[in-house]
Amino acid sequence: MQRNVKFVQGNEACVEAAVYAGLNFYAGYPITPSSEIAELLSGRLPAIGGKFIQMEDEIASMCAIIGASLTGNKVMTATSGPGFSLMQESLGYAIMAEIPCVIVNVMRGGPSTGIPTHGSQGDINQARWGTHGDHSILAFTASNHQDIFEMTVTAFNMAETYRTPVILLFDEVVAHMRERLVIPETGELPLVDRLRTSVREGIDYHPYLPREDGRLPMSDFGGVHRFNVTGLYHDMWGFPSSEPRVVHELIRHLFDKLENRVNHLARYKEFFLEDAEYVLVSYGSAARSALHVVKERRLRGERLGLLELQTLWPFPKEMIREKCANAKAVIVVELNLGQVLQLVKMAVNNPERVFLANRIDGVFITPIDIMNILRLIQGKGV
Amino acid sequence: MVFSGSGGQGVVTAAIILAEAAVIVENLNAVQSQTYGAAARGGATRSDVIIAESVIHYPKVIQPNFLVCLTQPAYNTYYPIIRPGGLLLTDSRFVKTEDKVDARQIELPMYHSVMEQIGKPIVFNICMLGVTISLTRVVQPESILKVLEDRIPKGFLEMNQKALDVGIELGAGLKI
Repeated sequence: MQRNVKFVQGNEACVEAAVYAGLNFYAGYPITPSSEIAELLSGRLPAIGGKFIQMEDEIASMCAIIGASLTGNKVMTATSGPGFSLMQESLGYAIMAEIPCVIVNVMRGGPSTGIPTHGSQGDINQARWGTHGDHSILAFTASNHQDIFEMTVTAFNMAETYRTPVILLFDEVVAHMRERLVIPETGELPLVDRLRTSVREGIDYHPYLPREDGRLPMSDFGGVHRFNVTGLYHDMWGFPSSEPRVVHELIRHLFDKLENRVNHLARYKEFFLEDAEYVLVSYGSAARSALHVVKERRLRGERLGLLELQTLWPFPKEMIREKCANAKAVIVVELNLGQVLQLVKMAVNNPERVFLANRIDGVFITPIDIMNILRLIQGKGV
Repeated sequence: MVFSGSGGQGVVTAAIILAEAAVIVENLNAVQSQTYGAAARGGATRSDVIIAESVIHYPKVIQPNFLVCLTQPAYNTYYPIIRPGGLLLTDSRFVKTEDKVDARQIELPMYHSVMEQIGKPIVFNICMLGVTISLTRVVQPESILKVLEDRIPKGFLEMNQKALDVGIELGAGLKI
């Protein structure tokens, strides 16, 4: 029996990856279908010298991880739609104050408490626009446990690199199913550690003064430097400012640090795209059904391909336009009313050739559902 | 395959043990999933297991080759989904089967045998798992034993091993 092979739920793959990435502080309020993340970390973190706190609600959970991150920890919380709604205000604070943190949203059917034990992908736009004001955000997803592991580690790395909250949008189907997970050896996946300031004690530290490479070294809050952190527009000392130049520069900085790197941040997988006449675009659990269809139809000589998105925000529209350029039709496969469909339509040259294959009834989309839509598009009937 | 029954009977646990044996011990691919409601006990429970040598993408079962129903409501709900000509296993104490089902239906006194030979209903699911591997030969009994050794507290291991044997014997008595 190999030591590093496990048969686990997607939620456990996320936990393993978070610990691998250096997570040492978790605060959360358990909610289906993310509860296993809290349950497992309540055992794991104390055992490795980390902290686990079950909070009174999701507002407090988000605030706790922000505080803990400022003091120098790698932090995470996990929730589902209802809790993610409550986190939106302080998510904006973390964006504004540039505090690295990872937020897992295991999506279930919404709105409101919706359908807790069934899958959905209805929070794609909430992840982007849930908190107010112009901003940018990083959001990743995954369709299998190995990818959940990799994207979770990536989320921690990106959070540190860009000093930003990173959202992991998993869904009930992948989070609750069990399959093989091979845990990488230590050092196999690169890890990004906190960039700490080299400014010594007794010397002025400017928390928001970028280095030459644009990165902002941090100083553990409560440590040797005193500085201010605020959700207001602020200057390089972290003090509030309504100076037009300061306001303008900060909002451009917060937006551009991610939006100017869209291609660099884009993670995706492609299957049989080289000669594909029909391109399926999908992500998360839905991509599993899409890939099933593609492989099955390829055996019959049909030229189908799949573009599986792993970065959802910033949305990689140039990459999508390129990959779909030669397609007769593009079919977006997702478990909502077309949230990524609209984005793909905006990205491609021929939006009228983009179609939706979806399910919104809590039932996981089957290969037959996708095939039926495909036949209609091909003019073959159902 | 699909295991179905009532919450608390252990159909999900049995499915996990089977799939874990396939992946960890026999190096096959397997995916296990479950559908459930908000209730912790009672209510209909279903767990899907796919075991294959190739990579599994779509993780659910649409037409099981092998279906287990441990309660009448589970049987009534799920017998229509069995693949025509498939195997449908029920417990003779809890389920009254229909004649019209296009499947080889096997009714076995699993619960009765467990109560008679072990006396603890908690290992009913492991007995069912014994019958399952005996009928389908999808994994070796030793592989299940290995997973049981890893997952089950020492004090309960012997009882589970015995339940597995009871199931294997029940299944071995049949000609498939």
